Amino acid sequence: MQKKYLQWIVYLSGLMVLLVASVILSLSVGEMNLGFMDIFKILREGNTSMEYTIVSQIRLPRVLLGIAVGGSLSLSGILLQGVYRNPLVEPYTLGISGGASLGVAFAIVFGLHQLIGSFILPASGFIGAFLIIFVVYTISSRTGRINIQSMLLTGVMVSFISSSSMMLLMAITSSENLHGIIFWIMGSLDEPDMSLIYITMVMAIASLVASYFFVQPLNALRLGEEKAKHLGINTDTTIKLLFLLASLLAGVCVAVAGVIGFVGLIIPHLMRLLVGSDYRILLVSSFLSGSIFLVLSDIIARTIISPNELPIGVITGIVGGIVFLIMMSRSTVRSLKTNG
Amino acid sequence: MIPNILSIQSLCCGYPKFQLSDIKIDIPKGSFAGIIGPNGSGKTTLFRAITGTLSILSGKILLNEQNLRKLSPRLRAQNIAIVSQFIEAGDMSVEDYVLMGRIPYHSRFSFFEGEEDFEIAQKYMEMTDTWRFKDRLMSELSGGEQQLAAIARALTQQPQLLLLDEPTSHLDITHQVHILNVLQQLNQEMGLSVLMVIHDLNLASEYCDQLILVNQGKIHTQGTPEEVLTFQHIEDVYKTVVVTQSNPLSGKPAVFLASRKVLKEIRDKLANTQ
Repeated sequence: MQKKYLQWIVYLSGLMVLLVASVILSLSVGEMNLGFMDIFKILREGNTSMEYTIVSQIRLPRVLLGIAVGGSLSLSGILLQGVYRNPLVEPYTLGISGGASLGVAFAIVFGLHQLIGSFILPASGFIGAFLIIFVVYTISSRTGRINIQSMLLTGVMVSFISSSSMMLLMAITSSENLHGIIFWIMGSLDEPDMSLIYITMVMAIASLVASYFFVQPLNALRLGEEKAKHLGINTDTTIKLLFLLASLLAGVCVAVAGVIGFVGLIIPHLMRLLVGSDYRILLVSSFLSGSIFLVLSDIIARTIISPNELPIGVITGIVGGIVFLIMMSRSTVRSLKTNG
Repeated sequence: MIPNILSIQSLCCGYPKFQLSDIKIDIPKGSFAGIIGPNGSGKTTLFRAITGTLSILSGKILLNEQNLRKLSPRLRAQNIAIVSQFIEAGDMSVEDYVLMGRIPYHSRFSFFEGEEDFEIAQKYMEMTDTWRFKDRLMSELSGGEQQLAAIARALTQQPQLLLLDEPTSHLDITHQVHILNVLQQLNQEMGLSVLMVIHDLNLASEYCDQLILVNQGKIHTQGTPEEVLTFQHIEDVYKTVVVTQSNPLSGKPAVFLASRKVLKEIRDKLANTQ
């Protein structure tokens, strides 16, 4: 077997082990600490003890949502970076989070969640994100062919418009609503509705599988759009479908868990440094490490000022940013050493 | 008569402000053909029309008697391989880059290259002398080495026609001759048809058996180097005074030019003798 494939197996096994470890850690750490080994016993016995309720009703849903949202955001980021061939693109650059936030702010300001029910918040978040995706996609594919650069600019502009509109809503609303909006924007893995968690989970895994339909086009796109065409890739269709897949994925995540920044930008970068740029390994390893990162961030967010909880977006930003800077400076030093 | 690998019939294509019109070219199988012409004459536009990156306004491009537009992108990539002027593949190893040439043969779900793919890649890497640095990153290679890797990648597509856009620009004469020798060997030993855009008239004359001189969006002349590289044609198209003579080694036409200062001195001398 090729050395490259063996390496990939090592990376994948490593990430799987880390994921399992972080899941066990997340189930056992909290206001009431449980032993690692006890977790299995508690879950297996499935009785009505308080420990079982804590693990299965409170911690497990968060872990599942963390896996789904972390993996999805990271996958969405790596797909968009592949399509745009720009390492600075992430799901939120294209206005997806702006759209979702605007949708939620709209629902809160006009009291829709009190009129219809709390499920309207994720629903309006998704509708907001979907509208933004629709606008960006329509504007940039008017000529029948997608122009990648104009799509990026359109996304950034639409993002500005939606975030400014949201600020407008925030400026004119009551302080109670304002608090609700801010709380939602900061993001949280605390989701009481189990069915939403299952939907997100299924969608995340389905998208990971679907992304592997595009693994060859993504690899060919590393050479540039024109050269990918020369290799027989239908680049227009690939770019359109991948954009839609990545955006919807991010849209669902934002609708369910709020704005959790940085995962879609940092994790793909870290994985590129670690496993290389071949999308065959990059897609699944980005997904797994996104999940690991979010599960670990959630542990920090809910334990550091326990019994209170920090918004998870704050942790991903600070911890992720610092880790990323360290990795970057190390790889810069390494490349300077090899070149010099 | 040898059948044509590529036949361009009354082709019009281009951009709103620059168009190629009435292009007719026949390239027989096994040819080594060159497209020459001054900057802005339409060489690259023609090249892009043949590669399918630029849509055509009217006319037809036939590959083995089949309309190129009607071939699926995959089938086209199995028949035509393209080496562009600029190579972007910084963060991948030379071997991974060359293996990309097998993409047109893979189904959507074959995630891993098979033994055959590795053997084909190795064969063409050895032929282009790139096997010895297969594990290096593309970004670490010199311009000439990158060009060779790009040719190896194109050959791994196992095409019938190889298209190259100025494969020798930015290279010193050692690398220029090396790359063209490799192409000539492939042309003669494997019967691979080659069509390249090339600036250097003397290299074009040495290596090509058919030349197409393009000027202002039209074909000025086409034929053998002897027919195309006459001083009248070159002065007409390039607006430069040149002298053409036979290369003493190969007998092919060679183009000489002189600076304005030298030309003035010659004119003065001629005037004095009169």
